[in-house]
Amino acid sequence: MIYPENLLYTKEHEWVRVEGDTGVVGITDHAQKELGDIVYVDLPKVGATAEKGKNVGSVESVKAVSDIYAPISGEVTEVNEALATAPEKLNEDPHGGAWLVKIKLSNPEEIKQLLSAADYQTYVGAE
Amino acid sequence: MRYLPKSDLERREMLSTIGVNSLEDLFSHLPEEVRIKQPLQIAPGKSEYDIVDYFRARGTENANGYSSFLGAGVYNHYRPVLVDTVVSRGEFLTSYTPYQAELAQGTLISIFEFQTMICQLTGMEVANASMYDGSSAVPEAAMMAMRLTNRDEILVARTVHPEYREVLATYAQHQGMPVHEIGYHPESGRIDLEDLDRQLNDKVAAVILQSPNFFGVIDDVKKAAEITHRHGALLVFVFTEAVSLGLLEPPSDADIVAGELQSFAIPPSYGGPYAGIIAAKEKFIRQMPGRIVGETKDTHGHQSYCLTLSTREQHIRREKATSNICTNQALIALMATVFMTIYGKQGLRELAGQNLSKAHYLASQLPLRFTGPFFNEFVVNTNGRSPEQINDALLGEKIIGGLPLKRFYPELDGAMLLCATEMNRREQMDRVAEAFHQ
Amino acid sequence: MIKKTSPHIVQNEALIFQRSSPGKIGYQLPELDVPHVDPASALGPENTRGEIEHFPEVSEVDVIRHFTRLSTYNYAIDLGLYPLGSCTMKYNPRVNEQVARIDGLAWAHPYQPESLSQGAMEIVAELEKVLREITGMDAVTLQPAAGAHGEFTGILLVRAFLEAQGNPRKKILIPDSAHGTNPATAMMVGYRVENIRSKENGMVDVEALERVVDEDVAALMVTNPNTVGVFEKDIAKVAGILHAKGAQVYMDGANMNALVGIARPGDFGVDVMHLNLHKTFSTPHGGGGPGSGAVAVKQHLIPFLPSPRLQRKGDQWSWNYELPQSIGRVRSFYGNFGVLVRALAYIMAHGGPGLRNATMDALLNANYLRALLEPYYELPHQAQTMHECVFSDVRQAKLGVHTGDIAKRLIDYGFHPYTVSFPLIVKGAMMIEPTETEGKGELDLFADALISIAKEIEEDPKMVLKAPLLTRTSRVDEVAAARKPVVRWKPQPPTSKAAD
Repeated sequence: MIYPENLLYTKEHEWVRVEGDTGVVGITDHAQKELGDIVYVDLPKVGATAEKGKNVGSVESVKAVSDIYAPISGEVTEVNEALATAPEKLNEDPHGGAWLVKIKLSNPEEIKQLLSAADYQTYVGAE
Repeated sequence: MRYLPKSDLERREMLSTIGVNSLEDLFSHLPEEVRIKQPLQIAPGKSEYDIVDYFRARGTENANGYSSFLGAGVYNHYRPVLVDTVVSRGEFLTSYTPYQAELAQGTLISIFEFQTMICQLTGMEVANASMYDGSSAVPEAAMMAMRLTNRDEILVARTVHPEYREVLATYAQHQGMPVHEIGYHPESGRIDLEDLDRQLNDKVAAVILQSPNFFGVIDDVKKAAEITHRHGALLVFVFTEAVSLGLLEPPSDADIVAGELQSFAIPPSYGGPYAGIIAAKEKFIRQMPGRIVGETKDTHGHQSYCLTLSTREQHIRREKATSNICTNQALIALMATVFMTIYGKQGLRELAGQNLSKAHYLASQLPLRFTGPFFNEFVVNTNGRSPEQINDALLGEKIIGGLPLKRFYPELDGAMLLCATEMNRREQMDRVAEAFHQ
Repeated sequence: MIKKTSPHIVQNEALIFQRSSPGKIGYQLPELDVPHVDPASALGPENTRGEIEHFPEVSEVDVIRHFTRLSTYNYAIDLGLYPLGSCTMKYNPRVNEQVARIDGLAWAHPYQPESLSQGAMEIVAELEKVLREITGMDAVTLQPAAGAHGEFTGILLVRAFLEAQGNPRKKILIPDSAHGTNPATAMMVGYRVENIRSKENGMVDVEALERVVDEDVAALMVTNPNTVGVFEKDIAKVAGILHAKGAQVYMDGANMNALVGIARPGDFGVDVMHLNLHKTFSTPHGGGGPGSGAVAVKQHLIPFLPSPRLQRKGDQWSWNYELPQSIGRVRSFYGNFGVLVRALAYIMAHGGPGLRNATMDALLNANYLRALLEPYYELPHQAQTMHECVFSDVRQAKLGVHTGDIAKRLIDYGFHPYTVSFPLIVKGAMMIEPTETEGKGELDLFADALISIAKEIEEDPKMVLKAPLLTRTSRVDEVAAARKPVVRWKPQPPTSKAAD
């Protein structure tokens, strides 16, 4: 798996795509593989406040639940409704169509703490 | 020993395969300081004959051949013979939790039917495969409401079974779950709706009320639900007498139902094992504790069943689980399932109807304490004699009377809770009435 | 297409609702000997329900056939070995079923006069006594309904004890090898969970433990033998470390089947523990319960035990509710009395020396399987096995076959699988506990099956991945069941003529 270079990553296997003042957040291919077939995605409400490092939802498979930790702080402006009826999208397209939430960055400096594709590649290679 | 299927010869062969000389070698690695110092001070093993003898003797030291007018959360209802025939089958009795669906479709199908019937009875949309009992289902329902509303206060009616409220208090202690009680009207015996309205606020997660309540009085669930929902809280409906559901309006206004199924062919057995249930509206299913059986297909396309939504449970979610419950009450729930299929749509209604008639016959001869409508239980005043005196007189006639209420409700000193079911005969009820009027 | 019949080879039994027909009945009530009361008049029409929609309507014959057929779709101890680790699926003696049904015991109402309940109370007292003796503890409560319930009770006791001393403390230490109920329980009692890693041999890392035990630690929850079936030989030392800092030792008694008559937790530093009567003491699993989670404690925890407690008043037993420091009730009434009767009957059948013999046979069986299977399956923890052993699927995983697949293939050989993927500290865990009620013949068959499967994996792994191949139901789609849960039957709407 070559991790897309236009995304930034965390050690908890989330990715962020910066679009202006908004960060689009999802989980990586590594994460979806570990979980197996996704059965349910629990997302916050639009308008909720996300805090970096704090729980902002969860992703469930038959055998495990993975908490999602916000990689950046800010207001949740959009959630991916499609995942409610088709959670399997997360297995099919984790880096694109199956994004989870969009967060309006309250602290753009946090972007600097995220990993590059190359660094994340090394990290999951080593795990 | 008859339960150990090995001969000494076989033991020696096995020890040889392992590569040790004696059975003691298998635990000689235990440090000296942890090893048992003297043999267990327990009498040597008994024959089946002696065991049966011992328990028969204990049985005779309990009430035998008495008729009883006790209810208060545990009810005397006839147990159809087929119930024990079914649950005594080894494939049900000695089987394990149905984690391996290929080997447990029998259990899974019967639980699926159970879940369905509970929904049909209670007007809820989803139900789990049982909780330990009604008393522990209540705090589980409260915690479920807390998770769903993100609020932490609980209001519980004083007319909910006193021991259930005690259990709720024990669970509430460390959940950051303040619990407050709502009073009842001394005349009707029903929940004080004004008190409810006053105590409700936007911190309350759930209102817990029981109907028929501990006094046997049928409460105004619709009204209570209205007031509860107006404040954004959830209504948890509790029942202890499952037979009442055969005749009484189901609690479809409730959000969560927590109940006890002992009335459905589960022996009173001095307090347990029983079977509790939690049922709820469909949208709450992912926050429901306990095992749930779901429908699916297998690899051949056959309709099959399996445990589902397991990620809520302890074996996966661990500290984030909806509950710590693991073992539940599957075999007991099966008793209830068989009972429900034997009586069926008509039978449950007729059974409830008989209970109603019996209780009202007895009640018509006694001074009732409350004015509210009742099913098969009711509170009476004793006027003059004490409840204990009346009960003592009845014992002399091999009748166990009702429950004196002062132990749970000091303000009801001198009152007694009586229950009459299809198992109480007219002559016995007439005796009870006589004892009151002496 | 031929519509196949229901009996077990084919497993085609419809749901009971699909056997229903309006007016079919399976009951007859006695004649009413009092005047009939009209429900609407007595209760008010708003309180009376309509019919119970779609509730079953079947005859007695339908009922017995339906459930008998369903029962034949199940595996059970009565049919063969359950090698489930930590479940202790031993034979359920039938005499226990008979004594539990004795009228005076089965029909006893918990609120009936104490003078008419002495038999039941004697049974409770006697079981408390023998369990004290077996565990080496000072008091026992039989109120909790199951193991997890017992854990909850036990940790509540710990908290009450520490609170009485002025500080309930903040966290509970739990080994990463622990059963999932342990951390779930700790959270329910308001504690934080701190996981401790196990050493290479699956045991608690004593040095690491020493570093983390401080005055914020309320207790350590430990299972002994641990979940890889190895005795924690440093347990006395571990207890010492906890006690030195004023913390408590909670023992999960799920693995007591390895200790009865050989070692007593009360003798090696345990303050509070639970027992699973439906494991060690043979009460039937019944497809998932009922159980009973007796809790045993040392002297200092007695004041906090759940209310009520049995006490002797002259020559009678009585329930004592005057317990000011009690944690309260964890459930209504006195406990799963029916289960207690069965556990006592089991203990009486074995007796003191017999219980020890049963334990030795349990160790023998587990060690025998280990010896037979070690050449074929990886055994990551080489320490001495007690009553269960945990293999890993690493060798087979290289060929693409995992523990779950091996378990499914075992079904084709006529066995229930072992415990899959637990404990979490073993990769691809295969946890096997035969218990003492298995003979050499059954164990040989089981070992042969696993050895045969190991060979199959080398020769035809793809076949094993499709297992089970010989059962009617195979590899249910758990993903679909979780994505769109259907948890109750609903009647199908009638098909319209246009659809034909």
